[in-house]
Amino acid sequence: MKARAVIAGLFLLAPPLALGATPQDIAAGKKIAETTALGNCDACHVFRGAVQAGNVGPELKNMKVLMPSRKQFFAIVYDEEARNPSTLMPPFGKNRILTPKQINEVIDFLYTK
Amino acid sequence: MRIGLVVLALLAAFSAVPVALAGAGPDPAADIKAFQGHFRTELPAIPLAAYVNGPYNFPGSGRAQWKQITEFPPYSFAIDSGKVLFETKFPNGKTYTSCFSEGGIGIAGNYPMFDPKTGRVVTLGVAINRCRVANGLKKWPLTKGKMADLVAYMTVTSRGRPIDVVVPNDPRALAAYEAGKEYFYSRRGQLNFSCASCHVQAAGKRLRGNVLAPALGITASFPLYRSKWGSIGTLVRRFIGCNKKVGSVPDKPDSAAYRDLAYFLTAMSNGLPIAGPGSRP
Repeated sequence: MKARAVIAGLFLLAPPLALGATPQDIAAGKKIAETTALGNCDACHVFRGAVQAGNVGPELKNMKVLMPSRKQFFAIVYDEEARNPSTLMPPFGKNRILTPKQINEVIDFLYTK
Repeated sequence: MRIGLVVLALLAAFSAVPVALAGAGPDPAADIKAFQGHFRTELPAIPLAAYVNGPYNFPGSGRAQWKQITEFPPYSFAIDSGKVLFETKFPNGKTYTSCFSEGGIGIAGNYPMFDPKTGRVVTLGVAINRCRVANGLKKWPLTKGKMADLVAYMTVTSRGRPIDVVVPNDPRALAAYEAGKEYFYSRRGQLNFSCASCHVQAAGKRLRGNVLAPALGITASFPLYRSKWGSIGTLVRRFIGCNKKVGSVPDKPDSAAYRDLAYFLTAMSNGLPIAGPGSRP
């Protein structure tokens, strides 16, 4: 009952939250996405709130619509070269830049965009 | 299935590689035509000779500040110091003029040069070190300091002259050229970028606050005064920086890998004017 109320409350505060993602997950994802030595997503991608973002990759917005499959989203961050050999996306999972947990946190964060 | 994937990968790779598929072996002339043609097609608004100005062809690159900087350029001290070094006599009474054609004036565009005696590629820095050793002096580090100053002076005497890198029909020269080309297009490091990833595929795009310079013309403004360095540095200094940036172990400054890379990359800009030394963020 209490948990349900908390979840309902979260949806009211931030409707696009991914199911199961806690505010802590999202905050961790934000930190990873905006830290140069970690995800460094904003070096190449514009997303809402990013400071001095690059434009090498596509803008990250409406991610729930653009990337409805979390599995596919994970695969792209993990190793997009497997699907698109000429991609510029670094293989964050395959080359151990981020752990699977960190990738999931970044996805939680980007699903708020 | 597996073969299908490999074929797909090859097709995709080559579609992103603006270099002609040579039939029998290396064909530098065809590669240069295809390489320059790629940029002229993709970015038709930029005149060919303007590619030597790299990022400043694109919005958000601080072009106005750069124009101001060139009024009193930060590399002017390096040129002055390089001139003194160039004119100072060796203990045996000779100078650098004894080691170069045209007395070393206006010849930067001919480097890197293939040396048929050793079968190796010689950059201007390597040629300077050879000259020093031949005259009883020690080699200098190839990346900065006095070497960069002397290269800056020899380059400024070549400003406006066309880059003219020759790949002779010698199997060793062609192999060096091909090795440089392979290096340029090979992914490396934890980030898995090739030189071409950033400087061909993403040329002119912004990587955070910096515009990625197109590979065409990129060597023409070296040596560079970089604000980030706070000093002047050579092309090989930048190679090392790029390699580190993508999470890869850099090669040695005088390695065959970097000499061959400089050979291929500079040859791609044949015909463009020497513009160095330059300044960049």
